[in-house]
Amino acid sequence: MNTQELKKAQALSGAEAVAHAMRQIDPDVVPAYPITPQTDIMHAFAKFVSDGKVTGELICVESEHSAMSACVGASGAGARVMTATSANGLALMWEIVYIAASLRLPIVMSVVNRALSGPINIHCDHSDSMGCRDSGWMQMYAENNQEAYEQTIFSMKFAERAKIPIMTCMDGFITSHAVEPVILFDDAKVKAFIGDYRGDWPLLDVDKPVTMGPLDLFDYYFEHKRKQSEGIYLAKNIFNEVAEEFDRTFGTKIDVVEKYFFDDADTVIVAMSSTCGTAKVTIDKMRKEGKKVGLLKIRLFRPFPSWELRQILKGKKIVAVLDRSESFGAFGGPLFTEIRSAMYEEKGPKIVNYIFGLGGREIDAGMIERVFTEIDAYKTNEIKEYVKYLGVRG
Amino acid sequence: MNLKDLSIREDRLAPGHRLCPGCAASIIARIVMLATDKPIVATCATGCLEVSTTIYPYTAWKVPWMHNAFENSAATLSGIETAYQVMKKKGKIQKDIKFVAFGGDGGTYDIGLQSLSGTLERGHDIVYICYDNEAYMNTGVQRSSSTPYGTDTKTTPTGKASFGKDQFKKDLTAVVAGHHIPYVAQASPHNYNDLLRKAEKAFATKGPAFINVISPCVPGWGYPSEKTLTMAKLAVETCFWPLYHIEDDVWILDYDPKDKKLPITEWLKTQARFRHLFKPENADVIKRIQEHVDKDWDKLKKQCGVK
Amino acid sequence: MKKAKEGWKELEDGGRIIVAGNSVLYKTGDWRTNRPVWDESKCTQCMICWLTCPDSSIPAKDKKRIETDFDHCKGCGICAEVCPVKCIKMKPETDFQ
Repeated sequence: MNTQELKKAQALSGAEAVAHAMRQIDPDVVPAYPITPQTDIMHAFAKFVSDGKVTGELICVESEHSAMSACVGASGAGARVMTATSANGLALMWEIVYIAASLRLPIVMSVVNRALSGPINIHCDHSDSMGCRDSGWMQMYAENNQEAYEQTIFSMKFAERAKIPIMTCMDGFITSHAVEPVILFDDAKVKAFIGDYRGDWPLLDVDKPVTMGPLDLFDYYFEHKRKQSEGIYLAKNIFNEVAEEFDRTFGTKIDVVEKYFFDDADTVIVAMSSTCGTAKVTIDKMRKEGKKVGLLKIRLFRPFPSWELRQILKGKKIVAVLDRSESFGAFGGPLFTEIRSAMYEEKGPKIVNYIFGLGGREIDAGMIERVFTEIDAYKTNEIKEYVKYLGVRG
Repeated sequence: MNLKDLSIREDRLAPGHRLCPGCAASIIARIVMLATDKPIVATCATGCLEVSTTIYPYTAWKVPWMHNAFENSAATLSGIETAYQVMKKKGKIQKDIKFVAFGGDGGTYDIGLQSLSGTLERGHDIVYICYDNEAYMNTGVQRSSSTPYGTDTKTTPTGKASFGKDQFKKDLTAVVAGHHIPYVAQASPHNYNDLLRKAEKAFATKGPAFINVISPCVPGWGYPSEKTLTMAKLAVETCFWPLYHIEDDVWILDYDPKDKKLPITEWLKTQARFRHLFKPENADVIKRIQEHVDKDWDKLKKQCGVK
Repeated sequence: MKKAKEGWKELEDGGRIIVAGNSVLYKTGDWRTNRPVWDESKCTQCMICWLTCPDSSIPAKDKKRIETDFDHCKGCGICAEVCPVKCIKMKPETDFQ
């Protein structure tokens, strides 16, 4: 942000910024249940409700399972629906998370990423949202408060046009609780951008009775799943359409990925969320030292931009993929396996994985610099270990 | 309203569903939905009624209907009802719509209890109907917390060391009454006039209403299909399943057989699930069941101010 | 000839069914082993059988029941059981073949 922009900015935590996005969107129904570190979103939103700044209803349900159940009901009824959760809350929703996607209900859920138990831990990692990467929901990850805010508004339109629910993720505490300057868009502009919503075949259209969620056996289930799969595949085009409209309205670009000192870099890191901020600081320093290092930030994780990444990464020599979650028993973390798979037909680059930051473990510029230095050596040296753990005591 | 006048109303459940012959669940659902002429939106918990009425690509429902999962029929309906209230407030909907959730005893007494409790506590303007067939029938007759003492089920089979289920039935209606919602009732499909009145009242009530309806099950209980309503009647005449309602915390008894109260054996002996209880070694089990029924009946009468 | 089942592209999103009450196209009448035989002359039109039929198979018209819907009646026998004047008798389906 430049000085002029800073004058327009407000000091907001990531959670407050998202609550402001919710206020501006003014969803019809918000069923939610408290869990750290998501709670700050709901505190701020509840205050907006109490102050009469929104017209929708907050349902303070008795569990996250009921939160997602009520989301499905309200969205099926034809309402615009949002919620928020973290970690164990998302895990408790699990069954209904899949159902929401299969019914093609465009719910927007803010996931404030937190480590999944056990042992219980309240700090950031991505094990919660990564666990449901196959649920049929779309997923976006925000680097900072501004992005968390913008992404929430973007997601509402994206989800409704794609008819697919979306998790809009930010790092627990790091983003949700840290206060940063955030520039809010004009309320009326957001309203105009979001537009009116009317679901297909809403339950409340009693003159056109619909049956939602029937028993689907071996003769149709597979076809329904195939159709769902096509839906999320085609959502990539919708992403671009909505991004174009977003840019036109707010003058802000949202892309599936963001490149930082990337094009001329031969040694790159691929990462998501707040770690990208740390990586950028590191790159600034290393660039001054003449090192050709760069970053590729992934914003859209579902649908995964495999084809785009293949084009973007194919000329690189060495890539380190940073995963803030473990995929136990797999060959590396979820982002790593996706990227390795996307690059399979290409001759390069070499790709290694670093699992880091579990349960809120600190990642700093020094650690990222060590990653760059370490992988730089792989340009000539043989890679002995593809999956490494960064920042864990030996 | 008499039945002739009622018969002009549209049946909200179409034929061609695949519930067992003689199933009480569809009788209950039909009667309940006939009790209002307002538009209805319904949800169903996973269970017999849900699976048998909506085998894709067919649906028996003539009203907007949603099945979400097993344990969340109430929470799902609470979301629909809230959406309705918001849209009505915003002027997007003008119609007066009623909301009803159906769940079996598994989906209500057990896995869905929390979702139901939350929905009732929050005061949504909905009706919840439990069709209580006293076991997990859809999955093949496993015991639930609603299954009566001494019942032979697939998970409480009788054997050398077992006379069947070793716990008494949960008193869910009383649990619901503890939420102090405006209307709670217990009903039976054999007394259709009583059920109709209660459903009508439930729909007319502002706020949450709950009706627990005994729902005899041909394969699960083990009796001939034509006897479904007889089974329900015997449950009432033996005072195993008393008919009463609670309006604004006032308990009212709706049926008292007085000196015609039948011994519990009159109900037990008609069903295969209790057959083993009539072996001489299980005489004390029957005795305990009778004592339990008598104690509960006396307690209920006292609560309702009936001598 | 039976219509072939739809391919995935032809299906509604989310597996929803948009034709209310289309289960009527599915005939459950062949489940029946006993048939309810209704003697209209004895019938008082009390409508109890109409109300308590689990299969919505006793249609009502102008406040009166009409002949059983044999495409769907599963032959449970509840109508015969509840009839106060016993004007419905269950007879083996084999008698009608």
